[in-house]
Order: sequence, then C-alpha cells, then structure tokens
Amino acid sequence: MEIMEGSRAVAEAVKACRPNVIAAYPITPQTHIVEEISRMVADGELVSEYVRVESEHSAMSVCVGASATGARTYTATTSQGMALMHEVLFNAAGLRLPIVMTAANRSLSAPINIWNDHQDMISERDSGWIQLYSEDAQEASDMIIQAYKIAEDHDILLPVMIGMDGFILTHVHEPVELCSQEKVDDFLPLYDPIQYLTTENPLSFGTIVYPNTYTEFRYMIHEAMKKAERKIVDVASEFQDKFGRYYGGLIDTYEADDADLLILAMGSVIGTAKDAVDELRSEGKKVGIVKVRCYRPFPAEAIVESTKDAKAIAVLDKNISLGYEGALYTDVKSALYGKNGPLAMGFVLGLGGRDINKKTIKNIVAKADKAIKSGIFEAETEFVDLDLEVL
Amino acid sequence: MQEELFAPGHRGCAGCGAAIAARLILKGSGKDVIVVSPTGCLEVISSPYPESAWEVPWIHSLFENAAAVASGVEVALKSLGRKDEAKIIVIGGDGATIDIGIGPLSGMLERGHDVTYVCYDNEAYMNTGIQRSSSTPYGASTTTSPAGKVSLGENRPKKNLPAIAAAHGIPYVGTASIAYPKDVIRKVKKAISIEGPKYLQIHAPCCTGWGFDGSKTIEIGRLAVETALFPIYEITDGKVTSVKKIKRKPVEDYLKVQRRFRHLLKSDRGEEAIKNIQDIADANAEKFGLDL
Repeated sequence: MEIMEGSRAVAEAVKACRPNVIAAYPITPQTHIVEEISRMVADGELVSEYVRVESEHSAMSVCVGASATGARTYTATTSQGMALMHEVLFNAAGLRLPIVMTAANRSLSAPINIWNDHQDMISERDSGWIQLYSEDAQEASDMIIQAYKIAEDHDILLPVMIGMDGFILTHVHEPVELCSQEKVDDFLPLYDPIQYLTTENPLSFGTIVYPNTYTEFRYMIHEAMKKAERKIVDVASEFQDKFGRYYGGLIDTYEADDADLLILAMGSVIGTAKDAVDELRSEGKKVGIVKVRCYRPFPAEAIVESTKDAKAIAVLDKNISLGYEGALYTDVKSALYGKNGPLAMGFVLGLGGRDINKKTIKNIVAKADKAIKSGIFEAETEFVDLDLEVL
Repeated sequence: MQEELFAPGHRGCAGCGAAIAARLILKGSGKDVIVVSPTGCLEVISSPYPESAWEVPWIHSLFENAAAVASGVEVALKSLGRKDEAKIIVIGGDGATIDIGIGPLSGMLERGHDVTYVCYDNEAYMNTGIQRSSSTPYGASTTTSPAGKVSLGENRPKKNLPAIAAAHGIPYVGTASIAYPKDVIRKVKKAISIEGPKYLQIHAPCCTGWGFDGSKTIEIGRLAVETALFPIYEITDGKVTSVKKIKRKPVEDYLKVQRRFRHLLKSDRGEEAIKNIQDIADANAEKFGLDL
C-alpha cells in the first residue's frame, strides 16, 4: 500500500498490462495519466510505442490502426477530447477492436468548464463501448487490468472506457495497492486477436455494407454487449481470487438489504454517499446505495432485483439529457417499467464540478422521505442546489 | 508484374482513374504491403461486403483519419517485431487528403512514420456527387461550385499539397499521373524504399465527374501534364530533383474536352478565365522548368 495520485495508480496499471501502443493528446484533467506514462516510457520502465498525436481524433485513430494490426492499445481523454473522438469511438466498436481508454470525466462546453461531471461518457452511450465507472483511485487502477481481460475475450471483442471523475479521482492522493507485474502477467494473457492486418492472410477490414447486412452487424455488436454482462461479473470474481479486491459485478450495493430508500449513482459520489448513509443509519434511517459500475451494457436486471424491496429510489445523475432528464434516471425507469418497482426520483447534480457533500446527499434523502410519505414526487427531475440568484 | 493485387470486378466506372491508380500503386508495391484507405470512391467501389478487390491486407476506418490509422499500423508492426513484414501505404482521394484529413496527414508526416501516403487526385468529391474540394482547379464547374449566370465555377486555384508536404521536411515528395503508368510504378517503388514519411500525389481523371468518355481517361490525364496544369516532379530532401519535361500545349486543348470547363468557352468572361488558367500553366512551367 502506497499513497499516490489517482492518475499514477492508473498509469501503473496500464504499465502492468504491457500495451504495445499508446496514443494520447493532452487535455485537462487527463494530463497526469499520460505524463506519467510518458515518463515510464522515457525511463525505459515501459517498452511501448508512444505516439504523441495532434488530436484526440487521431489518438483514437492510431489505436484503431494499431489494434487492427494485433497490438494491445491504450489511450486516455476526457470532455471535448472524447467529443472529438466521437465518430472514431463508433468505428472502433464496429471494427470490434478491444481498445482500453480511461476517461477523466469532465463536463462539456459551452460554457467551458474543466471540472467533473459525466456528460462526456454519457454522450457516447450508444457508441458500442463498454462503459465502467470507478468509485476511487484503486478501482480506476484495477479496472484497467480487468478491462483488457473483458475487451479481448473472443466472445466480446469490444472496446472499454473506464470513467474516473476528473480532479476528484485523477488528482486525489489515496492509499493504493498496485498489482505486481508477475500476477498481472498471470491474470492477463497476451492479446490473441482472431483476425488482424497481416500479409500472411490478407483480409479487408471496414468494408462498405449494404442495407441487407448492416442490421446484422449491429445486432452482433449488441449480442457481444449482452455477453459482456456475464464476462464483467466473471472477471470481477477472477480478479478477486487473484488480487483480493472486489468492487461488485455490474452493480454493487451498500446497506441495501432492508433499505426503504436506495440511492443509485455512478463514480466517486458513491464514497460521499456511503459516509452520508452511515450517519443516516446511525439515526435509524433505512437508507442504502446501489452503485452502478457498468452503464453499458446496462444492468437492468441487476437494478430491478436490487431495488425490488425498496419503497423509493433516488437516482443521481452527473449529466443531463437537455430537454428531458438525467440519462441514468431514464434508463433506470425503463428497467423498472412494468415491474411494480419502487417510486423513482431523479436528481441532477454535480455538474461542472459543483461540490456534492454529505449535506447534499442528506437533503436528497429528506426530499425522498417526503415523497415516500406523500406518495408524490413533485419535480420529475430536480436540479440539486440550483442557485436562483445566478439565473 | 503480371499479378493483379487490385482485382477486377470492383464497382468503379469504366475508365475510372482512381481504380487505375490503385492498380498501378500495388504493381509498384508488390504484395508485402498493408493498405489504409479513407472513405471515398475507391473505398466504396473496392469493398462491397462480402466482396473485396484487395488482394493485400486493407483497412478502411473513416474519412479524415487514414494517416493516423496508418501511423497506428506502423507503430504496431514495430512493437510486435513485425516491421519487416510489410510496407504501409495510404491510398486516398483529394477530399480525404487535402481537405478533411490534412491535420492527421500533417501529424503523420511530422512524427516521421514510415508510411507512404498516396493521394489519387481527381479534383473533387466524386463519391458524394462531384462537389468542390480544395484540389478542384480554377474554372471547374462542380455541383457546389457550379457555373451560373454570375459564376464561372470554382474561383480558387488548387491547394498545393505537395509543397505543404515538402515543408514538413520529409525525405520524398512526388507527383505522377496515371497517364504515365511506368512513372507511377517507379515512384511508388522508390517511395517505399525510403525510410520515413513519403507523399505522392497522382493525378487520376474522373470520367463521370469531369465529363468525358471513359475511353479517354489516359488521354485527358496526358493533356493535363502536357499543358503544365499538372506538373510532374520529385522533391527529394527538400530539393526538386526531377521534372517531366513537356512539349507544351495550350490549356484550351485540355479544357475543351471536359464538360466541367465547357462553360468557359462560351463567353467573354470565360475567355478571361481561360487566360487566367493559361497563367497558372505558365507559372507551373516556369517554376519547374517544364518546357523542352
């Protein structure tokens, strides 16, 4: 166990996975990750091809070319950088390339803002990437190793992005236990592509597909996504066996068994919510947490199962689908449809780095309590701590 | 040389210059090559799933990122200890290369990747229906720079990408035309034999887009060279090291046989424009010393 910055913890995990090719473009707050990896390459600690590209679009494109040639690849980005990658993300998934990427989650412009929320990854929801969110530096680091194992499985062959909240996790110093190289080598075999660019077997990749087969290709990606649900759970257990750490499968729960009210959220806010729940529990309030670790594939079944005995759920969204509501809230309600599940409430909060503290969580719990008692949740989506003076 | 690595049966128009370019490029490279293509006519005509005209490993990703994808292929081969397995060639159109993909291309050239980037230049967005690109020549009518009552068509000269490529300090830049097949093959062979980034621009007339019969592709290509509107030269280590000398013909000979320039022959203002085009040809001839 060592105290280190979250970005370094991620870089160390990347190093342990021995990627052949890293391509990255700097953007706040992802920079400490790619700087640390650069240092490792410069010091000869990591023997990888590191391509200092001229944009995020090219960072992902270099990964596409390298991965299609049979290389293990890594990149990291956030916010505008991820938005610039948009079409390449769809392309990487469609080409079935197991690229792994860290997203130092940050808001999108305008107005420009460099701080944390989840709008960047949420906006890539339909790209065909597996989306995982991490609660702390340790999880963001360990999930790199798990991600390659999930992505490179021949039944899956899909790219994986791991969200870690910008600044909150990328720049925090926490006790982290790194995985030894020996154990990682044992856990994660070399990438063994089924098909790749080689003169020994000249194949065509990325051909044009007509209406008579396009749907079938999309269906196959969707099927691989569905298979990934099982794989993510299995790899989490295998990781636990090897390294002794476990974060749950598609979801994790905290004080959930007898809870009247469950808070559903993703990312580092879970840590804050756990502290708030501990205090609320000591006051006798039956509050618990469902931590959504995997956003795509969406763990609908696990969410329904984990919330079925609760009276209400409060869904926390660090994003907003403008003109509707938080994206997680929409998906959770869709999962609960026809299931006679609990009353669901949506809260949009923490946008652009707005602090979420225990008081914020407790205020949400109080609002939810009121709704449980009256059976009415007035606002469909509530903007938490909205400052009316600014409007 | 008899082996066809760009197979017949592709969906190109009869007389397609881009298909001829691809065939010649692969004759120059041989089979130990990985080809990256951006979106465009060549990609569409060569890869209708489940068929493919490519007898060599080939990848298409997106419109503007072929140079970055090729960069990735190159570093992957290096990292996997497979560098000797294949040369890497990008084959892309002028829209993908000179317009939308110029950023990734500049990045690839600047970073020094061992890739040969070949642009087949047919001077407009042909795949989407003959829209103007920055490589469309002055005076050409396209579907987005149409000649009209107050317009003579495209009002800007071709962007000079060979000069931009050379400004990156790369070891080799060349131009060629499919009208001179042996020259194309020779330049591809030469380019791939040099370590580092190389840029070739191959003039590839488009019968559909330019408006001429598909049997005339080579003839039209030759006229572009003979009028000095598409000069053929090589730049090695920043210096012009060879030019194709010509017995020059007036630009009208080239313009009058193509629908895209026909409007210029019908008005006084068109006559002015033809003079301007002749000036462009004269400047090319002088700059490269083309006249025999």
